[in-house]
Order: sequence, then structure tokens, then C-alpha cells
Amino acid sequence: MSAATLGREASVDLDAIDCDIHPEPPRRADLLPYLDEYWQEAATTRDVDRLDLTSYPINSPLAMRPDWRPQPGDGTSALDRVRRDVLDHFGLRFGILNCLYGAQAMFNEHFGGALCRATNDWIARHWLDPEPRLRASIVVSLQDPVAAAAEIERLAPDRRFVQVLALAMGEKPLGRRYYWPIFEAAVRHGIPLGIHAGSMVRHAPTQSGFPSYLIEDYTGQTQGFAAQVLSLIAEGVFVKFPGLRVVLIESGVTWMPSLMWRMSKDWRGVRTEVPWVKTPPASIMRQHVRMTTAPFDAPPDPADLGRILAHLGSDEMLLFATDYPHWQFDGDAVLPAGLPDAARRKILLENALQTYPRLRETGS
Amino acid sequence: MSTTAPERARAAAGRLSIVDCDIHPAMRTPAELLDFLPERWRLHVQRYGARVPQPFMGTLPYPRMTPGNGMRMDAWPPGGGPPASDPDFLREQLLDTHGIDFGILQPLPAGSTTMDLDLGAALCSATNEWQLQKWCRPEPRLRASLCVPQEYPEAALAEIERRAGDRAFVQVAIPPRTIEPLGRRRYWPILEAAAAAGLPIGLHSAAYGQHANSGAGWFSYYIEEHFAFAHSLQTVVTSLVMEGAFERFPGLRVVIIEGGFAWAPPLAWRLDQHWARMRDEVPHVKRPPSEYIREHVWFTTQPIEEPENPADLLDTIGWVGADRLMFSTDYPHWDFDDPRFVFKVTLPPEQRRAIFGANARALYRLD
Amino acid sequence: MARHVVAKVGEIAAGTSKQVTVRGREIGVFYVNGEYFALLNRCPHEGAPLCRGRLSNLTESDEPGVFRVSRKGEMLRCPWHGWEFDIRTGQSWCDPEHTYVKRYGVSVEPGSQLAKGPYVAETFAVTVEDEYVVVEM
Repeated sequence: MSAATLGREASVDLDAIDCDIHPEPPRRADLLPYLDEYWQEAATTRDVDRLDLTSYPINSPLAMRPDWRPQPGDGTSALDRVRRDVLDHFGLRFGILNCLYGAQAMFNEHFGGALCRATNDWIARHWLDPEPRLRASIVVSLQDPVAAAAEIERLAPDRRFVQVLALAMGEKPLGRRYYWPIFEAAVRHGIPLGIHAGSMVRHAPTQSGFPSYLIEDYTGQTQGFAAQVLSLIAEGVFVKFPGLRVVLIESGVTWMPSLMWRMSKDWRGVRTEVPWVKTPPASIMRQHVRMTTAPFDAPPDPADLGRILAHLGSDEMLLFATDYPHWQFDGDAVLPAGLPDAARRKILLENALQTYPRLRETGS
Repeated sequence: MSTTAPERARAAAGRLSIVDCDIHPAMRTPAELLDFLPERWRLHVQRYGARVPQPFMGTLPYPRMTPGNGMRMDAWPPGGGPPASDPDFLREQLLDTHGIDFGILQPLPAGSTTMDLDLGAALCSATNEWQLQKWCRPEPRLRASLCVPQEYPEAALAEIERRAGDRAFVQVAIPPRTIEPLGRRRYWPILEAAAAAGLPIGLHSAAYGQHANSGAGWFSYYIEEHFAFAHSLQTVVTSLVMEGAFERFPGLRVVIIEGGFAWAPPLAWRLDQHWARMRDEVPHVKRPPSEYIREHVWFTTQPIEEPENPADLLDTIGWVGADRLMFSTDYPHWDFDDPRFVFKVTLPPEQRRAIFGANARALYRLD
Repeated sequence: MARHVVAKVGEIAAGTSKQVTVRGREIGVFYVNGEYFALLNRCPHEGAPLCRGRLSNLTESDEPGVFRVSRKGEMLRCPWHGWEFDIRTGQSWCDPEHTYVKRYGVSVEPGSQLAKGPYVAETFAVTVEDEYVVVEM
């Protein structure tokens, strides 16, 4: 159903690719058809139904922008809301679905794996089949990297799956060899690794334990992202897998230059600890790492935006995203004020086409 | 405090006055500190050591790149002992060579991190006495950090009360990797006592703590761990803001030591934007987070941020505030910054004066 | 340029150095793998006394966990921040400028040699004449 059908005009025609849309997560009823007998019974008798992540309490302002929250009695389907509020409203070419669902965080690797498989099948049937503008990330259980690689193999022939999804805070830093089967599979199929804000809560989110408030937990996600970039570079993942791209999703943007500067500075003196890191870490980040633009964490003065982008030193790292339905901007202010015009086209479209090669394929 | 003859001479000559906000004094042997412990604890340490949350006794879990747990290779005193254990050599190599008017000691005592809290209290007290007797009394340019066992608030308060009247102590020292984030209410008595005593709290990067060094698990390499020092200090800032500690203790000031500073403006921007939408979760945070940070937080400069384009540092200094940065060397560690060559970009003269000395003189009331 | 005697042959033990002042400049004279090298005793990064650093091997790697050691003792590590300088050429092994030059979209080729660049420690020609080590400055 188009915006016109629903009686609303498209306010903005961005002709963009939205690299972070969150489908409403599945409930048990949605997944039962895609689970085998054992898991159908387990999910039912053990009452595994909602697996919302602690990182996103469903009623919090973070989780849903007020004007995107369905009113009581509003029967518009979740898919139709995505069409109306995002795909039609912003005139998007494609939107990439990142399903934030607790299956990725389960301790039981078999349970988590089964629910992830069912989630991926549900996404394909209920989101991708009816809406040709949608694409999706493959959700995998990081508890078992070999099984995760097998799940990538299973879904890779469906070209509408364009990325593998991990959470920013897991059990081991993602650069560890333990996770390499996942990167090997991703690279073989030419899809990037997406790391999304959120935690499996295997560790306290900070080096000083658990903060009291959601706002601390959420704003502190940048530490998890930085830790993952540190690990992927220091462990030599980009040496072992030179074709791997990593997308930091809902990560914030403006913290990145401080990591670039410091990791490159330290590398010049401690290189011999990790001699497979042969080029300055900042250049590795520019080549292999991308970030979505919501939240941006822009400076309050638009005149400073150009400066922080100069510090970032690349116009290829940024990928447009709404982070729908999370509340990262008001109205149609999808990108921060002060963004140079020359960068807009790259951010809205071209960088995503470069990062997600499957988006360049015609047909689905 | 009256100025010394060298200070007056320097001022007359128009030379830059330098305060070094991070010097790590050392013991010539471990026994040197034991002399300041009551016998009960001396015996305890000899038998059981001071156990801290890491796998090894006596070396760091992430080995540094140089001997002595990461020292400058030229800082070993000719008369023996580890770097920064010989006051005469420290005077010569650091204070006199660089014309430093005041140096702030950071002993990084095991007392703040040892799991045995009573031992920790005793070690902190001994460390404080050791600073006075070995360093501050003989060398008027040096000032001390008041080490406290922050996980044992009663003992921490007692130590602050015991020492705060001695002007040699210019700040309370707490490691950033605490058992809970520092803004949590278990630490409020200490925050309150420091603020009431007019002492900033200096938080210096710590090599270990009771939680993993990232929310994503344990790093493998020093290059990762070294960066993550900044994270522990980001957590301090965020927690103090979001727990309302700056609102509750308006006199509280904190110093981020050896934690970097380029991360601070983006963190402030991020906190502001999310506070604007989620402020009902934290109604005790009455103003934008960036305002609290601007008013209550200082940063030492070492290890200096080194953008690829040196001029970019001027942006960062502007965003943090040239009045909030304080020069430090981190002597005798490997990532030492030499005051003559630390800045690869020319600072306006008033910023140079502020960063190299005036900000520290004001915050620590050195004059 | 003039020739200055800085040491006698045999005076500097293998793998060590001698610091001398010539024409008001501090230089370190190194004896490594049967050859003499002389460098200005000042790191171009932050002015550290470079020659007080440690001679180390060159460590390279093309694969995480696999270490390849060569050029034994020919890399001088700055005593402060640990930057590596090739004792033969004074060339710094890690190049900060490279990153700045290659900013917008230009990729750095993986898998080959370390990036080199303009951070160079000043070196001086050293010869052996009879039993003397001579530096030309």
C-alpha cells in the first residue's frame, strides 16, 4: 500500500537506501510454523515467547518515536507501518531490516540457533516476499560460530539477505579466531558483517559494572563498538579476510575519530605486538568499516559538523539510516544540519551500494 | 604558598610555567612501602601479598612493550632502582630539565584495588605517608594525591579526614575501574567528602579491575587494552552525570588523568541528545549533561591526541575547552610527553599558558 | 663536512652503542652485525634521546599469529614511544603521513610491505680507517 493510498503525501523523496530499519520482532506464534517439532514443543512448554532485548524496552522513547507508535485500536500491520512511515514517506529504493531479537542472545546454542533460523525464514516470508523494496540481515547465534556459518550458507542463495548481524556486546570480542568461520562464510558470499547496538549481557557493559539507567547503557554502546573495531583490527581479521566489510549499525558517528587517532598513535609504538597490522589502523577503518548515520551524535553547532567529518577523513564511511522506529530524529530531519551537499548523495545512496554489493543486483 | 625563586625568575623572564599533572613515583624496593605499614600488615603482605583482580602476581596482565611494566628506557636511575624511585634523578631528569614548577604525584597504589579491604585501607594510608616523607617534604615542587580505598567508604572517609588539611595533598585519587560506576550511591559519601574538603577527585587509568575490560569481553592485546582506558573514564563521566552526582554535590570536580580527551566532546553531544528524549528516566539530571561536564570535569593532556592533520587538535581543544586541559608527562612511562614537543600545532599563547600551568594552578590551588 | 674520530675499533661491543658529541650535536654510534652506523640522538617524534633505545629485530607478519623475524638487531626502538627506526637508513617503519595523504577513498594495498614515510632519524656516514671509527658531519 503506497503513501498515496493511505492518504498521506510523501514528504521527502530521498531516493536513498535506509541501512537500518527494525521490524517488529516476531512472537512465538510467528515462529512456530518455522520450527521443527522439538522446538515447537520447547518454545511452547518453556514459554519462550517474547525475547525483547533489555537494550530496548519496548515502551521507552528510545524504542519508538512517539508519532511512529501505533495508537490503540490501530490495526495497521507492522509491514504497512514500515511502508507508510519509511519506504513511501522517504521515497526509499531499499530498506535493510535488522531484526533485534533475543534469539541472538540465548545461552543455549541449540535453542538460539533454532529461533534464529525460524526468524530468518519468517523475515523472508512475511517481510521480503510481500515488499520488494526490503532487504534483510541474517540473524545468527554467536554461541556457535560453526552453526552460524551454516546458517549463512543456508540463506546466502536468497540474494535479498545482504548482511550478517551480530550484537555490539557479546561473549568474546568479535575479532577472536573463534568467530572466524562467520567471516569466512560472509566473505565467501560477498556480504558484510553488521554489528548492531545491543548486548548479549555476557559481561557488564562497562569496566565498572552495570550502570543504573537505560540512558547510560545506551549511550555506553559506543564503547562496545570501539571494542569491536579494536578487536577486528588487532586480531588481524582484515588481514585474514581482506574482502570483509563491517558496518557499525546504530553506533553513533562522532566518536570514531578519537579511536582512529589513538589506535594509530599507539600502533606506531606497539606494532610488534600485532605485526600483521601493517597499515595505520585509521586507514584500515576507512577501508573496512562503515557506520550508519542514526544516531549521528552531531555537534550542536552545525558549523562544527564539517570539522568532525574532516577528522573522520572519509566520505565513504557513512551509510544513511532512519533506525526506524527508534527515536533518533524529529520530523524529516534524517541527516544532521551542516552536512556538505557533496556528501549527501554518497551517504544517501552510493556508499550503501558499495558496501552491500547485492543491492546492485537487478531482480531479487 | 609563596613562589620559589625559580618560579619568580621564570615569570620575570616570561617563560612558560609548567605544572606536570601526572608523575608516577616508585619504590626502590617493595619493602620501602612496608616500612610505612603497621607490623600486622607488613607481615600480611610478606606472606600473602596484595592480591588484585588479575591472573598474575607482580606483572601486568597485558605486558607492556618495555621493561619495568612500560617505562621509558632512559628513565632507569644510574644509582639503581626502578624508574622514578630516585628523587634526585627524578628532579634532574624531569623537574629541572623541563623547568617544572609543580608536579602532581600519582602513586597508583595497590590499596585501591586489592580485594582485602582492610589491607587496602592500610596500603592507601601508608602510600599517603610515603608520598609525604619521601617526596613532598624534601621537594617543595611536588604535591600528593590522597589515595583512598574507595570500595570501603568508612576507611576512605577516615583517610580524607586525616589528610585533607595538609596542603601537600591536592586531590583525592580513585581508580576509574571501580566495582560499580563511580556515580552510584555507594560512593556518594566519598564524593561528598572530597567536595567538602575542596579536593578534586583525580581518576587515573587503571591496569585492572573486577570486570572485563569491555562489555564485549576480554581483549587479547595491549594495544586494545590501552585504548580502553578511555572507556573506563567515559563510564565515570557518564555515571557522575546520570546519577546526579554533580547536581547533588555542586562542589565536586573530577580530573580525567591519562584517559585522553578527544572522546569527550562526542560523548557530551551524545549524552545531550539522548537526555533530551529520555530525561524522564533520570529526573534528577536537571540540566543538559554537557553543562555538567563543562563545569565539573578536567582532563590531563597525556597521552596527547595525535590527529593525522595536527591542526585538527585545535578543534578538539576548542570543543573541550582550553580552560579544562592540563598538561601532564606521565613520567616515567613509555608514552611520556615532552612539554617542548608535545603539541604539533601552535597554540595561541593564552591557551599555552592555560594548558601548561594556569588551569592546574587554579584547580589545585597551587599558589 | 669534516671527518671526526668517535671511537676505536673494538671499543663498541656488538649490539651496543656509544654516545658522542660532535660539533655540538649528540650522536649515537652503533656497532651492529659487523657494521657501524651513526644516528642523531633525537627522535623526530617528540625529541627523545633515540640512541638510548633498544636495538631489536625486524618483526613482520602476513598472518595473525605467524611471526617472521629478520634484520637481527637492526631496528632501533625509540626509548619513549617505541617507534622503530631502520638503523641503516634512519627510516621510521610506521608512517603517519601516509594516512593523511590517502584519505578520500584511496585504498591502501594490503599484504605487501610496511608503509614508509617522512619520519626519518638523521643518519651520518661512518667509515673505519685503520683502527678508528670515523663519522662524517
